[in-house]
Amino acid sequence: MSFDEIYNIALMQGFAGLSLFSVLLLMGLGLAIIFGQMGVINMAHGEFMTIGAYTIFLFSSLTESYAPGLMQAYFPVAILAAFLIAFGFGWLTEWALIRHLYKRPLDTLLATWGLSLGMQQVFRSTFGPKEVSPTLPDWLMGSWSPSEGLDIPINGLFVLALTLLVTGGVLLALYKSRWGLRVRATVANRPMANATGINTKRTDRLTYAIGCGIAGVAGAAFTTIGSTGPTSGSLYIVDAFLVVTFGGAGSLLGTVASAFGIAQTQSIAEFFLTGSMAKVLTLLLIVTILMIRPQGLFASKIRR
Amino acid sequence: MDAFKSWIARSGTGSILLLALLIVVVFPLTMDIFRLNLVGKYLTYAFVAVGLVMLWGYGGILSLGQGVFFGLGGYMMAMFLKLEASDPEATKIQSTPGIPDFMDWNQLTELPLWWEPFRHLPLALIAVVAVPMVLAFIISFAMFKRRVGGVYFAIITQAVALILTVLIIGQQGYTGGVNGITDLRTLLGWDIRDDSAKLILYFVNAGLLIGVIVLCRWIQMSKLGTLLLAMRDKEDRVRFSGYDVAMFKVFAFVLAAGISAIGGAMFTLQVGFMSPSFVGIVPSIEMVIFAAVGGRMSLVGAVYGALLVNFGKTYFSESAPDLWLFLMAALFIGVVLAFPNGLAGLYESHVKPWFARRKAPKAAPAAIEPPAAPPPAPSHKSAPPATLPGGVQGQSA
Repeated sequence: MSFDEIYNIALMQGFAGLSLFSVLLLMGLGLAIIFGQMGVINMAHGEFMTIGAYTIFLFSSLTESYAPGLMQAYFPVAILAAFLIAFGFGWLTEWALIRHLYKRPLDTLLATWGLSLGMQQVFRSTFGPKEVSPTLPDWLMGSWSPSEGLDIPINGLFVLALTLLVTGGVLLALYKSRWGLRVRATVANRPMANATGINTKRTDRLTYAIGCGIAGVAGAAFTTIGSTGPTSGSLYIVDAFLVVTFGGAGSLLGTVASAFGIAQTQSIAEFFLTGSMAKVLTLLLIVTILMIRPQGLFASKIRR
Repeated sequence: MDAFKSWIARSGTGSILLLALLIVVVFPLTMDIFRLNLVGKYLTYAFVAVGLVMLWGYGGILSLGQGVFFGLGGYMMAMFLKLEASDPEATKIQSTPGIPDFMDWNQLTELPLWWEPFRHLPLALIAVVAVPMVLAFIISFAMFKRRVGGVYFAIITQAVALILTVLIIGQQGYTGGVNGITDLRTLLGWDIRDDSAKLILYFVNAGLLIGVIVLCRWIQMSKLGTLLLAMRDKEDRVRFSGYDVAMFKVFAFVLAAGISAIGGAMFTLQVGFMSPSFVGIVPSIEMVIFAAVGGRMSLVGAVYGALLVNFGKTYFSESAPDLWLFLMAALFIGVVLAFPNGLAGLYESHVKPWFARRKAPKAAPAAIEPPAAPPPAPSHKSAPPATLPGGVQGQSA
């Protein structure tokens, strides 16, 4: 094996890690807002992702049958729609369910698990039990090879770019916008935030809905990588929670760092071991580190 | 005499006796062996639910990984039964006779060393309870000593459930993979598949369950039980009073793990196989709902909860499979929003006052009382698992 080949393998391996990183981060982002900032354990988070994925599927089939000429252009619109639909459902859920349970986090967990079961059955009744995948526009297919023997899949690049975009947006919104200010004030000290005239209940609802919307975008992005079934969401949920907890709940940068660490560990381990053992090893490592350092990598310095 | 009567009422002996009557006398008399075996299977889940009452209702610690302990207990039992079922005589068509069939299919040529102890029943029986308890101790000791609680503990236990499932499925040659350990036949030469064996196993199971409930009730009535409750409600005060809060929590978790493991072993014996589908996250959370439906504070309620939910599951998934998940969803949400104390709570708040009104003229104290939600039981809505704030504090501390 020449040096060039080893170099290419290393590059592609590195990209596989990056790709996994973007997937994990995108999954974790919405949860970092809902769980990290608000402390709500949303077990239905995966199902909000599935909503996003099915939105893409719906858009692709509608475009295919009514406006085949627009096949190249529907994807960005569909992603926006995925955000809005998941946002809307999140808003409704908060109003109907979550707001009654803020003081009982463990009960929220059970209630949202129930919600996720119900949503899964809705998906199954609406779209059928089989996994579906949307018809993707041509520009998302294939791979990009900057040099001989080096292939980088375009869908991976797309997810990576989208992740960076969304992460940047969330960071900006959380630290530069009025909404972000209100969220951070509410998290830091609710009664005081109330006293300064922040409508914390509205902030809660908006925050929850935005978290759900981001989950929708994540689900939309994942349609470029894999197919979607009624129970797809439940595959992500534990990973998403671990990413957020490992990074240190309440710290968005921690989420980014932990997604990166977990992704690289797993993809490197996958190079040497079987897939399942790599997963076991990574999870064991996370759990062990969390036992030693329960506050996560980057603990936020708020007094609770 | 009055002291005895009040002790009876306080200890909930009446409700335990009623339950014992139901599962030891009524069910075997009214059901055929097939249905009885099914009830036996549900009752093995009730072990987990009873453990959760001690852990969650009394200790305030929610574990989403009880399937791990149920599964481990079941696997330990299954390993012994599998080794007995695969003696060289029965497996002589394999390329390596004398090892379990799935090992042979996966090109293993000898029994792994850690399977060896399971050739002996006493060792296997000890392992059934000991291995899950040791694992529970390791997990909980590390976490509770660092004051991790509430939500974070729930997430970690969930991760443990995921790890074990992936491990079992991935290591097909050693564990039987996704199919689990199947085709179990005899226990020390006694065929566990025929009807008389099933009947006997049902009674063993029922007896063990009643025994476990009595043990838990005894713990609840002792000083330890009071401390657990106190810890759930005001963790810091208990700590400041000089108690080692972490070790009490560890005790509750290890106890629940041991109880779940017994349930798992009985499951294997009665159903005849064990697979990863009883280990993972979904079954673990379902087991929590058994306890929640029955009432998280009521040992006896947990058994009724497990029976009711599973009857419902069997009935609806046969007659209207689409409806079942919706019902399950409604159950989760309804129990949390409307009936935080489950069936036992409903009994306490509605049925008992009604009885009391009817009996009032006679002025006779009711001898049969439910396993009372304990005296300091807070009102319905304000019964949060109170360790949570402590857990969150622990996070930033």
